[in-house]
Amino acid sequence: MATVKDFRNDVRPNWCPGCGDFSVQASIQRALANLNKEPHEVAVVSGIGCSGRISGYINSYGFHAVHGRALPTAQGVKLANRDLTVIASGGDGDGFGIGLNHFMHAVRRNMDITYIVMDNHIYGLTKGQHSPTSAHGFVAKTTPQGNIEEALIPTQIALAAGIGFLAQGFSSDVKQLVSLIEQGIAHNGFSLINVFSPCVTYNKTNTYDWFRENIVNLDEKEGYDATNRAMAMQTIIETGGLATGLIYQDDKRPSYQDEIPGYPEKPIAFSNLELDAKAFEKALQQFA
Amino acid sequence: MLDQLSWKVGGQQGEGVESTGETFAIALNRKGYFVYSFRHFSSRIKGGHSNDKVRVSVHRYRAIVDYTDVLLAFDQETIDLNGSDVRQDGIIIADSKFNPVAPDHARLFSVPLTKIAEDCGSAIMKNMVSLGASACVLGLKPDIFQEVLEERFLRKGQKVVDQNMEAIQKGFDYMKELGGADDNFALTPADGTKHLFMTCNEAVALGALAAGSRIMAAYPITPASEVMEYLIKQLPKVGGAVVQTEDEIAAMTMTIGAAYGGARAFTCTSGPGLALMMEAIGLSGMTETPVVVIDTQRGGPSTGLPTKQEQSDYLAALFGTHGEIPKIVLTPSTPEECFTAVGDAFNLAEKYQCPVIVMTDLQMALNKQTTDVFKLDDIKIDRGLIATEEDLQRENEHDSGEFKRYEFTENGVSRRVFPGTKGGIHHVTGVEHMENGRPFEAPANRKKMMEKRLNKLDDFSLEGAVVRTGDENPDLLIVGIGANVGAIGEAMARLQHDGLKVAHAQLHALLPFPVKELEAAMSGARHVVVVENNATGQVRHLMSHFGVQHDNMSSLLKYDGRPFLPVDIYNYCKGLV
Repeated sequence: MATVKDFRNDVRPNWCPGCGDFSVQASIQRALANLNKEPHEVAVVSGIGCSGRISGYINSYGFHAVHGRALPTAQGVKLANRDLTVIASGGDGDGFGIGLNHFMHAVRRNMDITYIVMDNHIYGLTKGQHSPTSAHGFVAKTTPQGNIEEALIPTQIALAAGIGFLAQGFSSDVKQLVSLIEQGIAHNGFSLINVFSPCVTYNKTNTYDWFRENIVNLDEKEGYDATNRAMAMQTIIETGGLATGLIYQDDKRPSYQDEIPGYPEKPIAFSNLELDAKAFEKALQQFA
Repeated sequence: MLDQLSWKVGGQQGEGVESTGETFAIALNRKGYFVYSFRHFSSRIKGGHSNDKVRVSVHRYRAIVDYTDVLLAFDQETIDLNGSDVRQDGIIIADSKFNPVAPDHARLFSVPLTKIAEDCGSAIMKNMVSLGASACVLGLKPDIFQEVLEERFLRKGQKVVDQNMEAIQKGFDYMKELGGADDNFALTPADGTKHLFMTCNEAVALGALAAGSRIMAAYPITPASEVMEYLIKQLPKVGGAVVQTEDEIAAMTMTIGAAYGGARAFTCTSGPGLALMMEAIGLSGMTETPVVVIDTQRGGPSTGLPTKQEQSDYLAALFGTHGEIPKIVLTPSTPEECFTAVGDAFNLAEKYQCPVIVMTDLQMALNKQTTDVFKLDDIKIDRGLIATEEDLQRENEHDSGEFKRYEFTENGVSRRVFPGTKGGIHHVTGVEHMENGRPFEAPANRKKMMEKRLNKLDDFSLEGAVVRTGDENPDLLIVGIGANVGAIGEAMARLQHDGLKVAHAQLHALLPFPVKELEAAMSGARHVVVVENNATGQVRHLMSHFGVQHDNMSSLLKYDGRPFLPVDIYNYCKGLV
């Protein structure tokens, strides 16, 4: 049986010391081991950005795609092999800027994959431009006078788009994060775990301390009901999108794979592709 | 008696023009006639003039002609717009309902199509009445439509079939009374050979099905959508799936994900979609992930002429990606060639682990034509180099991330391994990488990896990349591509009939560009004419780019949205020599 160690490789991440992404990586590895997955049963598909490098830092199958397109790529992988545990991952710019369109449609489509976003409210790899989750007034290289756009709240959009599993974590709270990732992977359908993962180099506003002071941990909130969609939306609005923990889950909704007519039990990747001669003749008849 | 004739039905979009044309064409195709149809339509659903032109012949033609022998008009606008195409003493059959007025050179038969249909039970059967009238003119028996009507209407009951057949018979009888049976328009009987009748879109879809493609991700676009519409009905029967994505970028990246995941996957689009896919096509080249992209060209640029013929994506397909990747571009011309080209495309994509773009055009994509019966055996599945779990066990490979997915080999092709395979873990990235797939930017490795990828196609040449027909040492060699094959072949026959020596070289691949084959085809020719549906001569540009030269070369270009007619090419060539 695989342990956390088996999900580690010898690649040194190019993240800055203190980056929140280290804990996210460790949490994914821990969650996979806890779920008794084997490295070859897992595919991590990531986009572009500091966090997008994560697919190269976990010992599993990994595909580092183009900017903003981790989700459609990951959905393709899942379609080809439904037995794989598919994790899509990337940053807030990748997922909610250039890739927002794909995000909402992936939610709607509901393939059984898990999307883990490292949300630091800034573009790190390009050295400090504001991101779609940067707050109004946020000062960055491309907002020298302060951001005049409003921040996008990922959890709000996810819930509005009809997500079946919605959670938010904080890279300082590894225990909670591991649990959320485990639940997300176990959930049959699309799951989002948006993780506040501070950038220690370019974001001097949304620091570890800032998040600690501002997040509202739903695990500690009495009477919170994660099956209540209205309550979830109200909580997101009340906390300005800073609620952490399991925000919403609907475990009854069938996943995309459950609903594709004729979709085989066996992975397409390993199935016989030869077409039956009779089936072909029948197909031609339509054009006679 | 006529060996061939051109028949056209016109009316308002949505009033059964297409189904009338289709019923006519299918019935004649089944009799063994060669049929080539052409739909004229606009980007709207109801209203606006549309027409369906059907060429019927006892010989194979793959082009429409510039004249109409028999015009069927459901409204006056059809006569106003198409009357001038009707040949001298040609026949116009029009609904008496609108008191038709026809040009003097044609013979007008005013038939109460709607009235007769109402008498048979419903005004919507006016198209059946018109088919009966057409059959009378062409010397065909009304019962040629029986089988088609049964297939179409039997589920609604025998009565509906009978009513429709009665409408056809009455149209036939009425036309006969009017003196419409005319031996000058009667068709020579056909030999009854069994054929199919389909578009190239359908041939592409069947090719993908036969080639084992089980995942298609695509976004609707004219004139490509029929491919996904057909496969979304077929793939579930064979354990596959079609996903209609949110855009073409998702379509392309999902295709890449599925191909990486181990499926044979493809997408189908037209120019605007191809433009959106370009970055991801580069990812396919860089990660050596085999994908097949079908591009059904239409009028560009931008939204351009979305429902009209053009061949203007060639340069985009060849050079559109940023950076440099290996790529194969195939250009079939007919449904038969589309079927096998798509089969080839999947094999080539997996053999060379690169994107393969198969290019058609709107004229091919949407127009049904008589097609030889496809053979499943013509497509053999070859998945290229793959390391299986057994291979890796034998080699004692462990999941250490050290599997050399991009191993330097003699021909640059390395083994793929599908995720889920024990012992094959490796990394894949669009960043420059080393043999095990991990990012690595050192100059020496970069150079070696670029050469590995770009040299993969060195040993590749597509058999039949140039198909040459016609005379040796010709006065004129016509170079063609895509749907132009038919018009060129016909123009060539007419020019030969005039005493000229003419040859035709049809391009079936643009990348790798078939330099030697084209040079061989051109050798001995006094003039070379390159015929293409675009404004800038893209194929000719490629010829000069790849060093295919001729002292006496010119371009015949057409970019008004209409397909080439044999007469366009004939007239141009006559003026040249």
